[in-house]
Amino acid sequence: MLSRVADSIYWMARYVERAENLARFIDVTLNLILDQPHGTAQQWEPLVNATGDEKFFAKHYGQANAENVIRFLGFDKNYPNSILSSLIAARENARTVREAISSEAWEQLNEFYHFVRDASDQRFRLDSPSDFFRTVKQHSHLFHGILDATMSHGRGWHFANLGRLLERADKTSRILDVKYFTLLPTVHDVGTTIDDLQWSAVLRSVSGFEMFRKRYHGITVDRVIEFLILDPAFPRAIRYCIANADQSLHEISGSPLGSFRNSAEQRLGRLKAELAYTDVRSIAQMGLHQFVDGLQRTLNEVGGAVHDTFFAMRPVEAHRAF
Amino acid sequence: MSLLRGVGETCTMAQPHTFEGYSSDGFFDELFDDSGEARPGARLLIEKINELPPGELKQRQQAIERALLRMGITFAVYGDQEGTEKIFPFDIIPRIVEADEWDSIERGLKQRIRALNLFIDDVYHDQEIVNEGVVPRELLAKAKSYREQCRGLNPPRGVWCHVTGTDLVRNSDGKIYVLEDNLRCPSGVSYVLQNRLVMKRSFPQVFAASRVRPVVDYPSRLYEMLRELAPENVSDPTVVVLTPGIYNSAYYEHSFLAQQMGVELVEGRDLVVKDGFVWMRNTDGFQRVDVIYRRIDDDFLDPKTFRPDSMLGVPGLVDVYRHGRVALANAPGTGVADDKVIYAFVPDMIRYYLNEEPILPNVPTYVCERQEDRDYVLAHLHELVVKAANEAGGYGMLIGPHATDEQRREFAEKIIENPRNYIAQPTLSLSRVPTMVDDRFEGRHVDLRPYILYGRDIWVLPGGLTRVALRKGSLVVNSSQGGGSKDTWVVARPNEAAGEPSRMVEQRQGPPS
Repeated sequence: MLSRVADSIYWMARYVERAENLARFIDVTLNLILDQPHGTAQQWEPLVNATGDEKFFAKHYGQANAENVIRFLGFDKNYPNSILSSLIAARENARTVREAISSEAWEQLNEFYHFVRDASDQRFRLDSPSDFFRTVKQHSHLFHGILDATMSHGRGWHFANLGRLLERADKTSRILDVKYFTLLPTVHDVGTTIDDLQWSAVLRSVSGFEMFRKRYHGITVDRVIEFLILDPAFPRAIRYCIANADQSLHEISGSPLGSFRNSAEQRLGRLKAELAYTDVRSIAQMGLHQFVDGLQRTLNEVGGAVHDTFFAMRPVEAHRAF
Repeated sequence: MSLLRGVGETCTMAQPHTFEGYSSDGFFDELFDDSGEARPGARLLIEKINELPPGELKQRQQAIERALLRMGITFAVYGDQEGTEKIFPFDIIPRIVEADEWDSIERGLKQRIRALNLFIDDVYHDQEIVNEGVVPRELLAKAKSYREQCRGLNPPRGVWCHVTGTDLVRNSDGKIYVLEDNLRCPSGVSYVLQNRLVMKRSFPQVFAASRVRPVVDYPSRLYEMLRELAPENVSDPTVVVLTPGIYNSAYYEHSFLAQQMGVELVEGRDLVVKDGFVWMRNTDGFQRVDVIYRRIDDDFLDPKTFRPDSMLGVPGLVDVYRHGRVALANAPGTGVADDKVIYAFVPDMIRYYLNEEPILPNVPTYVCERQEDRDYVLAHLHELVVKAANEAGGYGMLIGPHATDEQRREFAEKIIENPRNYIAQPTLSLSRVPTMVDDRFEGRHVDLRPYILYGRDIWVLPGGLTRVALRKGSLVVNSSQGGGSKDTWVVARPNEAAGEPSRMVEQRQGPPS
C-alpha cells in the first residue's frame, strides 16, 4: 500500500472520530446544564480550556457561553479542530484515497460533510442543538460501520482502525480530565444526587452509562475512572482502544503480537502493558490529571512514530545513471 | 388513461403532454425526424415519457442530480470561498444512435486511429510522410506539440495513442464529421459510466426494452489494454493511474478509473526511479511499477526530459520508458497529431498509410499557412470559425458570425502575423437533442465524444459522452462554458443482443501469438 494512501486513510478515520468526539464533548455539557440549571456558565469554560486554544477563543468570541462555544467547536472554519474543519479534512483525505475505500464509505462521508456544512449555513438553531450532535454521532457510527462492512480488513482498514482508536483514546482521556477538573472542586457534592447526575452524564457522553451499570451498578468516582481508563472490553475505554490499536499495528507490520519491529510498535506496546498492569489506586496516587497528561504525551509520541515508520517519504539513494 | 375518455379515443389520438409543441426549428434533431415523428430508435423512449404522469420526469431529473451530489461527482466553484460545489449539469433525455449509423462511426474511428498512430510513429522515426510531401515539412517543423525528445521511441507494437476521445459533430446535412481527435489525455469517460448508472436507475423498463448497448465494461477493457502494454518479461504487471492530484479538474475521473480497475492511484511524488526501474513508495518499502496510465500532460511528466520546473512528474521516467522497462499510456509526443493544422491532413494520412478512403469526413478546414486559404479566410471572417492550432476547451477561438468587428480585426492581425498557428472552418449548425428546460423540452446543440482503446486490437466504447450546450442557441458544449452532458444510447438491432461478451479473458489465456 502506498505510504501517501496509508497516511490519508489514517487521518480520514482520525478526523471523523475527532468530529464525533467533539459532538460528544458539547452534548455532555448541554446535558449537564439541563440537569443543573444554576451556574451554567462555568460548564463551558473548561471545554474551551481543554482545546488548549483559549487565546484564540478569547480573541474571536470573548465569553464562554453555549452559543459561542458551539460556534467555536462546531462550525468555526478558521479553527482547525472544529467539527466542520475536521470533516473538511476527513473528506479531503478521503477524496485523495477514494479508490482505496469503498464507494459506500465515501458517499457516507460526503453526506456527513454536507449535513454539517448545511447546518453551519442555516444560522445554527440553538433550540434543539442536541438533535444536531446526536446526528453527528450517528453519521460517524454509520461511516465506521460502513467501512467495517464494505472494506477488506487488510492494511488500509487497519490504518483506519489505528487512526480511529488512537484518536478515541485521546478524546476519552480529555473528556475524563475536563469533567474531573470541573466536578471535583465541589467536594461537598461528593455522594449527592448532583454528583451522581454529573458522572452519569459523563458516562452517557461516551455512550457508557448502560455498560457501566451492568458492571458496577452504583456510581463512584473511582469506578468511573476505572471503567473509562482500564476496562478491557468497553470500546471507548482507553485500555480497549490501545489494545486494539496495537493489534492493528501488528497486522500492518506482520510482526507477532507482544514483539516489536519499529518504534511505533515499541511505544504502543509499552503503553498497552502499562494499562494492563496498573490499577485505579495507582492512578489516584499519581493524580488523574498527571496520569492523563502523561497518557496524552505518549499518544502523541505513538502518532509521531507511526508517521516516521509508515508515512514519511524515505529518501532514495542517489540513483545510478544508465 | 382517464376513465372519462370515450372508447373511440385511442392512445394514438391522445396528445402527448410532454413533447407537445416541441419543434426542431429547422435543425437536425437526433430524436425526431423533419416531420416531427420520433426516429425508430427513440420511439419507445418517447412513448414511455409521454405516459409518465405530469411532473414525474422532473422529479426523476432531480433525483439524479441528488444522486450525483451524494456520489460527490462535483467540481468546486472557482473563487467561491464557501466551498460550494456543483455537479456537472446532466440532462435526463438521452441521445440515441441507431445501430447502422453506429457501425459506420465505429469503422470510421478505427480507421482514423490506425492512421493517426502510423503517422505519430512515422514522424518520430523516418518521417516518410513529409519526405513524400503529403504533409508539408514546415508545418511539422513548426508544430508546437512536436516533442524532439520522443524521436526514436518505440512503444509496444508501434502504438502511441492507446486512449483516444474523438469529438464528433453532426451538421445540418445530417452527416457526422470529426471535429477534433484528442490524442493526449482525453477525459470524460467517467461521466459516461456514471450517467448510465443513474439513467438505469431512473428508467429500468425503457432500458431493458430499448436494448441499449452496455458501457459498463469500459474499466475492465481499459485494464486489459493496459496489461497488454507491459514489458514482455513481466507476467503479472503492476498497473497504476498517475494523476496530477486532487486539484486537477479531472481528479474525480482519475480516482474513479483507478477504483474501478482496482489499481493504485499515484501522484508523481509516490513514484521514484532507481536502478533503471520505476517504483512506488509503499508502507513497507518500494514496489515495481510496470504500466502507467498517466493523466499528466507531456510537459509535466518528467522534469529531466520535459519542463524542468514540473513538480508533478517523476524525474527519469522517460529514460526508463525509452529502455522498455515501463509502459506509458499514452506515449509522450502524441499531441503532435492534435495540432489543428495537422488535423487538416488526417484524411490524407488515411489515404497515404492505409490506402483507403476516409469513412468519417473532417470538417472542411482552411489552413491559413496556404496563401490561397488565407486570402479566403480573411475575406470571410464573418462566416467562419477560426481556431488556434494548440488551444483546447473552446479557447483561442473566433466564432465569426457572433463576433464584433473589433474582434474580427484582432484575429485578422493575428492570422497575418502567424498564419501557421491558425485554421478556419465553416460555422456548423450542430444537431440538437430535446433537453429539459423548466417543465418543457427545447432543442439544444450537442456533440459526441466516443472513446477508443488501442492495445492489441482497437475497441470503441458504444456511445460515448454527449455534451450539450445548455444555453439557448449556444454552440459551445465545454463544461467550463455552460455545457452539460447526456447519456448516449447505441441501440441494438431488433434481432441482436445488446451486449457482446467480453473476449478479453479468452485472449489473455490463449496461446502466445
